[in-house]
Amino acid sequence: MDKSMTSAAEAVADVKDGASIMLGGFGTAGMPDQLIDALIAQNVGDLVVINNNAGNGEKGLAALIKAGRVRKIICSFPRQIDSHHFDAAYHAGTIELELVPQGNLAARIEAAGAGLGAIFTPAGYGTLLADGKETREIDGRSYVLEYPIHADFALIKAHRGDRWGNLVYRKTARNFGPIMAMAAKTTIAQVSEIVPLGGLDPEVVVTPGIFVQRVVAIPQTSGVRA
Amino acid sequence: MSRWSREQIAARVARDIPEGAYVNLGIGLPTKVANYLPRDREILLHSENGLLGMGPAPTAGKEDWELINAGKQPVTLLAGGCYFHHADSFAMMRGGHIDICVLGAYQVSTRGDLANWHTGEPGAIPAVGGAMDLAIGAKQTFVMMELLTKRGESKLVEACSYPLTGVRCVSRVYTDLAVFEVGVSGAKVIELIDGLDISALSNLTGHNLCEQG
Repeated sequence: MDKSMTSAAEAVADVKDGASIMLGGFGTAGMPDQLIDALIAQNVGDLVVINNNAGNGEKGLAALIKAGRVRKIICSFPRQIDSHHFDAAYHAGTIELELVPQGNLAARIEAAGAGLGAIFTPAGYGTLLADGKETREIDGRSYVLEYPIHADFALIKAHRGDRWGNLVYRKTARNFGPIMAMAAKTTIAQVSEIVPLGGLDPEVVVTPGIFVQRVVAIPQTSGVRA
Repeated sequence: MSRWSREQIAARVARDIPEGAYVNLGIGLPTKVANYLPRDREILLHSENGLLGMGPAPTAGKEDWELINAGKQPVTLLAGGCYFHHADSFAMMRGGHIDICVLGAYQVSTRGDLANWHTGEPGAIPAVGGAMDLAIGAKQTFVMMELLTKRGESKLVEACSYPLTGVRCVSRVYTDLAVFEVGVSGAKVIELIDGLDISALSNLTGHNLCEQG
């Protein structure tokens, strides 16, 4: 079993128009910039993207939106000082927004990965974001019914991986990576380094390789501003 | 009329955070609370993007852009701090493991409803982030805000006119003029700034207030 790929381009080669894609990252921390660059280069569009934000600055998701490849974004916090490419697309009416409270976003992604049919969550109850949704009182607390978020692909950034797909992350770049890896049909991880089997301490593996289909090494300096 | 500065409100909130508390400070005004936490108490700060035991900003040149806070600014990790993924991070909130969450607000109702995510302005891009999860998750939700708008309207209201973030989730409101307990039995005044009495405060807010006791 060898999940390692020779390039970002090879790793994303089968992503088609209309695909749903989870992108790891909270702001720029954990954003798989090089995988996204490869997506842009191969000209796919009409994508549904799941991420916490809606692109920051000029790289990663921001570049994908700028290139006009995103039809819809599911996120919690699209309005930021450096999210000008999303702002422009939103005001031009060329991108659809589904706003989800951040914890519900995480829980819905996790539910997809865990095979749950739905979840009852207290976050959002009684607010605009629960309008029209089924609610239930359980043990005196009010909950909203929310459905899992699945995706065709998850593109995530981890720190180190092995050819079986085991991953460890770096600091707060971990964020959505582990749960997105579980939720997507095909998970592609870019890592700074692919180490030999046994090179990751099994006690500290964060994402077990079963959740990862492809790993591509993209050496880079950790922690520099994206 | 004298009033507390934002720094003084932050210091007042910090005084009420006990030894051993796990605390989430929302972005904006609440982040100031970190500067006033008593040094003789071990208080662990949680950040929604996956860290517990958050330390102060790094010195210039030491920034690590993979170690950031919820406001996406570089921070540090204390010895003993740790990282985790987003589902765990929000389980800490939603599951009631975080003791205190401190948030800013546009409005709070006397029953503890919170409005802090959206002004409802047409054309404004809505963004919620972790606000709704934070509001309802922690054991106690504190709000920090100026009591009156620039036009002199009370932000402590009978019913929020801005879109709600959470229903009956706030327990305390720290403002520049007074500190309130809010909840099912309405708003009660815990503390007033010097020189302000309860009837003057009732006039300013339009609520018939009483002191807690």
